[in-house]
Amino acid sequence: MLLHVGNTVRIRLLSLFGALSVVFTGAAMVFSSLAPSQTQQPAPGTPPPANPPAASPQGGMAGSAASPFSGQPQQGGLNIVVLDPAHGGTDPGARGTGGIRESDIVLDFAMQVRRALELQGFQVVQTRQGNEDPSFDDRSATANAQRGAVFVTLHISSTGLPGTVRVYVNSDLPPVTNSNGLIPWDRAQAPFLGLSRKFGDLVQGLLAQRFKGSPDTSQTASVRQLRTTAAPAIAVEISSVTVDDRAQLDRMAPGVADAIARGAAAFKPTYIVPNVPGGLP
Amino acid sequence: MTQRWKVFLIAGLAMAVLAAAIYFPILRRRVMRAAKLQQQSQEQARRELIQPVAVNPADPRVKTSLFWGSDAGDSTLAPVTVELPLSRDPVPRSKQVLNTLLAGPVDAELRTLPPDAVLLGFYLLPDGTAIADFSEALATSIPSGIVSEQLAVDSITRTLEANVPQVQRLKILIHGQEAETLAGHLDLTGAFAVRSRQAQLPANPPLTAPSSEKPTAPTSDKPPASATGKLTPDKGPGKLAQPERKS
Repeated sequence: MLLHVGNTVRIRLLSLFGALSVVFTGAAMVFSSLAPSQTQQPAPGTPPPANPPAASPQGGMAGSAASPFSGQPQQGGLNIVVLDPAHGGTDPGARGTGGIRESDIVLDFAMQVRRALELQGFQVVQTRQGNEDPSFDDRSATANAQRGAVFVTLHISSTGLPGTVRVYVNSDLPPVTNSNGLIPWDRAQAPFLGLSRKFGDLVQGLLAQRFKGSPDTSQTASVRQLRTTAAPAIAVEISSVTVDDRAQLDRMAPGVADAIARGAAAFKPTYIVPNVPGGLP
Repeated sequence: MTQRWKVFLIAGLAMAVLAAAIYFPILRRRVMRAAKLQQQSQEQARRELIQPVAVNPADPRVKTSLFWGSDAGDSTLAPVTVELPLSRDPVPRSKQVLNTLLAGPVDAELRTLPPDAVLLGFYLLPDGTAIADFSEALATSIPSGIVSEQLAVDSITRTLEANVPQVQRLKILIHGQEAETLAGHLDLTGAFAVRSRQAQLPANPPLTAPSSEKPTAPTSDKPPASATGKLTPDKGPGKLAQPERKS
């Protein structure tokens, strides 16, 4: 049909087609930037630092979760640290005015903590590698499947004095009354509270030396994530997402990583690992 | 002529697409703002409905300790003592105290609870377990974080401990439902100890009203939670019977 049409009209039609496609791509861009951007946005943002080191040391969940049962290259004792970057996926956690998202920052912190721990000779398992959001129970299960592990969940607060770090241990849980020797899943932390406090105090002490204004000993709080974890478990919360510049938080990462790694190394000799994964200490 | 007409049609369509691309985001924003406003006004209306916790002028004015943030800025609590006419009956007394706590201190910086949060209901089981039902704003407006969420719960439990001796432990519900966490961190599945040192409690607390023998849940015949008053977290989420919400 176009063959019958004059040249000028054909050119006009083609240019219109071009204009239309420009309009459509423009519209698509407008919409995608408006949408909550959970699916695409984080990909360019977070994984570049997260992915390569996570994949290379073969430390993925499956890899190391299988090892205690199969080859057993490790001697007894504390060898594994389960790192839990809190939130993720549709849950951004605390959000600062400058667009800082807790879920992104804790993932970056986890990479640095991981490196520091590996330098101390620990094997590190992460509850999430990218922008996923496993349930509280799934995260605990990652730790509970290990033998001889400690659990560290990383958080950024939305209040508190910026530049300080607090370590939390679960507050007292009702005593375990089961006579069959099994720990109720929903109170799995109960038998480990004393060990958790010892581990928490070690890490908090190291953090207090570096970050002035931080408390000297660990605090107690009813942290949901810790309750179902059958291992010495602490929550480390860094203040806060209210900083104007993300770099202020990023500068704290090496210090936090070093304190956790040295705290875990100092805790290692005092922890007599139970015989079964998730067993009583 | 028809070609020309087609060109115009396509140009018109393109204009329409462009206009829509610009207009839709604006519309979306406007709808979201309207929804938010409506939610706020609903919250306001509910607050106005619930607020009149009959302040009886005959009630004696007593020194009441309210735990808000301390001005040291170190994320701790400090008690503020005010004189309030408080009922002798533990349930209205708890409501009066918690509503004053929610209303907030003079210095808004020292707030521990979001300003738009409302106490929807308060029940006391015979074994001393209190159930406080807060509006969703308590969970959605609170700054997310272990330190801020723990401070909020501590300010509630310590204020109850200081002023209502009958309350032994506290279960927090959000809009009548059991919530797993307050705002992503603090565990709400269990009950918080309000009075851990039970031995220190006088056998017969002086404030006990003569009617405190019967269950004090105000509206329903059966207590809202399990009849034994045991609130263990091993129940499925959201399985607590929803208490009726009459003030």
